[in-house]
Amino acid sequence: MADNKIIKVVMDKEVIDRCLTRIAYEILEKNKGMENLVLVGIRTGGVYLAERLKKKISGIEGQEIPLGILDITFYRDDISSSHKKPLSGKTSITFSLDEKKVVLVDDVLFTGRTIRAAMDALIDFGRPNMIQLAVLIDRGHRELPIRADFVGKNLPSSLWEAVSVHLVEKNGMDEVVIEEGA
Amino acid sequence: MKFTRKDILGIKDLSVDEINLILETAESFLEISTREIKKVPTLRGKTVINLFFEASTRTRTSFEIAGKRLSADTINISASTSSVVKGETLIDTARNLEAMNPDVIVIRHSAAGAPHLLATLVKQSIINAGDGAHEHPTQALLDMMTIKEKKGRIAGLKVAIIGDITHSRVARSNIYGLSKMGANVVLAGPATMLPRDIEQMGVQVHTKLEDAIIDADVVMMLRIQLERQKQNIFPSLREYSQHYCLNSRNIKLARKDAIVMHPGPINRGVEISPDIADDPAYSVILDQVNKGVAVRMALLYLLTGGSE
Repeated sequence: MADNKIIKVVMDKEVIDRCLTRIAYEILEKNKGMENLVLVGIRTGGVYLAERLKKKISGIEGQEIPLGILDITFYRDDISSSHKKPLSGKTSITFSLDEKKVVLVDDVLFTGRTIRAAMDALIDFGRPNMIQLAVLIDRGHRELPIRADFVGKNLPSSLWEAVSVHLVEKNGMDEVVIEEGA
Repeated sequence: MKFTRKDILGIKDLSVDEINLILETAESFLEISTREIKKVPTLRGKTVINLFFEASTRTRTSFEIAGKRLSADTINISASTSSVVKGETLIDTARNLEAMNPDVIVIRHSAAGAPHLLATLVKQSIINAGDGAHEHPTQALLDMMTIKEKKGRIAGLKVAIIGDITHSRVARSNIYGLSKMGANVVLAGPATMLPRDIEQMGVQVHTKLEDAIIDADVVMMLRIQLERQKQNIFPSLREYSQHYCLNSRNIKLARKDAIVMHPGPINRGVEISPDIADDPAYSVILDQVNKGVAVRMALLYLLTGGSE
């Protein structure tokens, strides 16, 4: 990742933060408050964003919103063919998803295959009333009929570019960049 | 790090990095067995054959559950109900199974090296589930996982392995694994049950149980294989248990926070007294069984998820 040449910085710290604030309000507006609402972050980038959204939503509403962590490795459709063997992390959803409105959180929405896997995984944990999707970046090139309910920024990109979301928690700084070569 | 092996034949060939990768992967599989729906689609469409030429409840069930929780199709073959009774050789059995295109063959055999022979003959991944008195790698991996969970580390711990070392594949795999991971391994058993020159494996050897378990962090008791009594390596079970049974008295020699392990099946009152085997303050025997499923899931996943 470090070797890839950065072509363009498309979001900085302030822009990312404003996007997340807006998404937090949009989630509350669309769901008319936080009753039965839970956040589930997709490992790894989505978890940090979900934690930030949790902080914002809990701050606005004055009570804690439940947060789960989902690792989708076991649900991928490319385990045998992928050259990068995904080292699986842990899933941790300590509450029931039955009758809940689940907001899935991820950093970049691309082919839609991660979200497909995440929905399969969620349904193995229970029967949510509704699953919504929040992403920081939608870069297009969908291979499945999936769309996001909450989008930080639409970023039309070329297939040969890589879009990376760097976050303080993981990379030491907040920025979204377009890099050379995926 | 990428896992590139075709087979898991023994701990002897594994590097520290590979062992760590397997243990870390197994960690993430633990959670699946606690779910209401204990199944993920990871190995959908893969076939795992459990080929058992020796009796087994724990290991075979554990492999079967591991495969099923990953959505693989698992098939069990035990020697007593297979063509082996009609005189088919191991090699022919393997060739025939290969022709049916499974993805992984798990084998337990009384002959040391049987899994290694299969691995050279067939293109499928082979997992050694115990070969004679040679190795039992998945047992050592689940033991290491249990120790790591209970003690937070393996390096620097004193691990005492007690019993019939000569005939124990569990002991051999654990000696390889624990030494690699930096533990200080100490053995004890009657002289007739200690292989000659075992010190060359880098372990300390005692003939008295008490000498071995002083200040131990982990005490691993081996099963006395009752079927070996005929070989005159010990006079009687009663005499063995007088000297080598772990009980509430001698366990006090170990560290206060020591854990007691046993690969099962346990002979109550022979190598381990019931009060120790059932004492939650010491015994992690059922934790070992629990970790076994996760370790075997991890191996099936790593072997079949390979990049090619």
